[in-house]
Amino acid sequence: MTLEFKATIAARNVELELTLDAGETLAIMGPNGAGKSSVVQMLAGLLKPDSGRAALQGRALFSLSPGTLWLPPHERGLGVLAQDPLLFPHLNVLENVAFGPRSQGRGKADSRASAAHWLREVDASELAVRLPSQLSGGQAQRVALARALSTEPELLLLDEPMAALDVNSAPFLRSLLKRVLAGRSAIIVTHSVLDALLLADRIIVIDGGRIVESGPTATVLAHPRSAFAASLAGLNVLQGVLEADSLRMRDGGRVTGRRIPAFAEAPQAVGALEGLAAFAPSAVSVFLAPPQGSPRNCFKVSVGELEPQGEQIRVRAGALSADISPAAVAELGLEPGAEVYFVVKAAEVVLYPA
Amino acid sequence: MPVLVLPKSNRQAARVQGRTWQYTGVPKWIYLVAAVGALFILLPLTGMVAQVNWGQFGALVTSESSLAALVLSLKTAAASTALCIVFGVPLALLLARAQFLGQRILRALILLPLIVPPVVGGLALLYTFGRQGLIGKSLTLVGIDIAFSTTAVIMAQTFVALPFLVLSLEGTLRTAGQKYEAVAATLGARPGTVLRRITLPLVLPGLISGAVLSFARCLGEFGATLTFAGSLQGVTRTMPLEIYLQRETDPEAAVALSFLLIAVAVLVVALTYRVPKSPLRALVSPEATP
Repeated sequence: MTLEFKATIAARNVELELTLDAGETLAIMGPNGAGKSSVVQMLAGLLKPDSGRAALQGRALFSLSPGTLWLPPHERGLGVLAQDPLLFPHLNVLENVAFGPRSQGRGKADSRASAAHWLREVDASELAVRLPSQLSGGQAQRVALARALSTEPELLLLDEPMAALDVNSAPFLRSLLKRVLAGRSAIIVTHSVLDALLLADRIIVIDGGRIVESGPTATVLAHPRSAFAASLAGLNVLQGVLEADSLRMRDGGRVTGRRIPAFAEAPQAVGALEGLAAFAPSAVSVFLAPPQGSPRNCFKVSVGELEPQGEQIRVRAGALSADISPAAVAELGLEPGAEVYFVVKAAEVVLYPA
Repeated sequence: MPVLVLPKSNRQAARVQGRTWQYTGVPKWIYLVAAVGALFILLPLTGMVAQVNWGQFGALVTSESSLAALVLSLKTAAASTALCIVFGVPLALLLARAQFLGQRILRALILLPLIVPPVVGGLALLYTFGRQGLIGKSLTLVGIDIAFSTTAVIMAQTFVALPFLVLSLEGTLRTAGQKYEAVAATLGARPGTVLRRITLPLVLPGLISGAVLSFARCLGEFGATLTFAGSLQGVTRTMPLEIYLQRETDPEAAVALSFLLIAVAVLVVALTYRVPKSPLRALVSPEATP
């Protein structure tokens, strides 16, 4: 057991208890205001619970009522990466990353060498002399990751690390995280099912300050018991064998998409590679006839059921679902049993190895 | 009719403008009233400059008493500014960051010298540090006399100028936010390291402008100085005191010295007010992180 954590905050109606095994990555999901980020802040030493205790590898981080132990953040040995990179604006990239080792009492040259190492790890060596204001959002977040890793923390806390990134930078950071999280103990707070699926071994769902669901990521998403997990699990996921930039399914069908970068860099000829294709129901359009000469993915399906999903109508058809407007449902005259075509752009489909 | 200019797609252009939207909703009459306000400040200065006897200017400002006053003013103002920094930075840090009982009262009291007439401040100093004062009595016993010395000038100036630095720095500290400090702490930095390597560099522009304001206030200090330190040439008679004295006997010298004081003030402000742009500003504008 790497981490044991238990805390209550009366004012926020938070009462949580969780554990983490060595080398395990835990995803924390849940609606806004559920108390997800509170976990990260309490562990980092930035938010004090009313009562509770936490121990990292047997070392107490805090122990309150009973107890009065509260380690300040700088004595906890945790790495934190938040949504906002928060690079120190007056220090260049290398100095930002060297800040951690330097604060741990290492020498200037030693700290810089260590910073250069971690910048290489996140493919940001060429940014070393830039100032944070000269970086794009994705670059800044990579540097912030290198900075968080530079102190070689026993536990890495990621608080929605990709929430502020655009669609082009997010996949790159995601694959980077997949690489660095391997074998590392980490907690990632996220809104994205894809992040949870790709990065986490286990998932807990928090709602109203309580853990409402917990278990291996795939199990929780496949058999959601809480309303929130169910709303997440709407993601369309297809299984098959990866080929170049498409996925060949068991039934011979093919889905074209974008590979996540880490895997795009891998050699192409590795034989049959099991993989998944994922896309959101909101990315799916519904047609009565197959669109002509389009490079999009097209699935011929039979409509199963229609159900409201917020402002949209969720059209379920076998393993797939689409979210379209009530007006579109009326216009298409959709009803259970209708034969329609689900169409999704290749750019909306993410391919990744299983 | 305000004109709406859509933001340029060119990010560089937007950064030069300093804002994304170039719409300015200022009614025309505002310019008129603002111009009257600006004239109210600029006209008296012009009026005084017009009175300067330029032929005698050199001789007037280099007289023994004038030079002594100028040197004393610059020396004491520099010393007072240094004291303001030494005591003002911790005060501003406590007011902006810490939470303790009586914090609001402390803030109100520290701002008191801004509101109280300087003469009253001088009297307060006199009744505390003067020969018969609260602390002065004991100091006299051990042979220390503060009142009517150069030390008293420095104390009077620090008394009136400290709030300027505290106010300016506290404001900067509040906008600088604590997020960077929290990140630094999670990276293993002790509070002292965070202060030295993160907080102070981030608020340096506010510290500099606060120090400039304090220096300017010290340079102009009159009431508290006269009350607490008196007017002894070369010891406590600073420029404002010298000007006031000369006004009675030699108006031309008073005008020349006034002009010199304004020139020094303008020089100080011009040299130091071009503070480096706050490193935080780059992050505030959304263009910084495309």
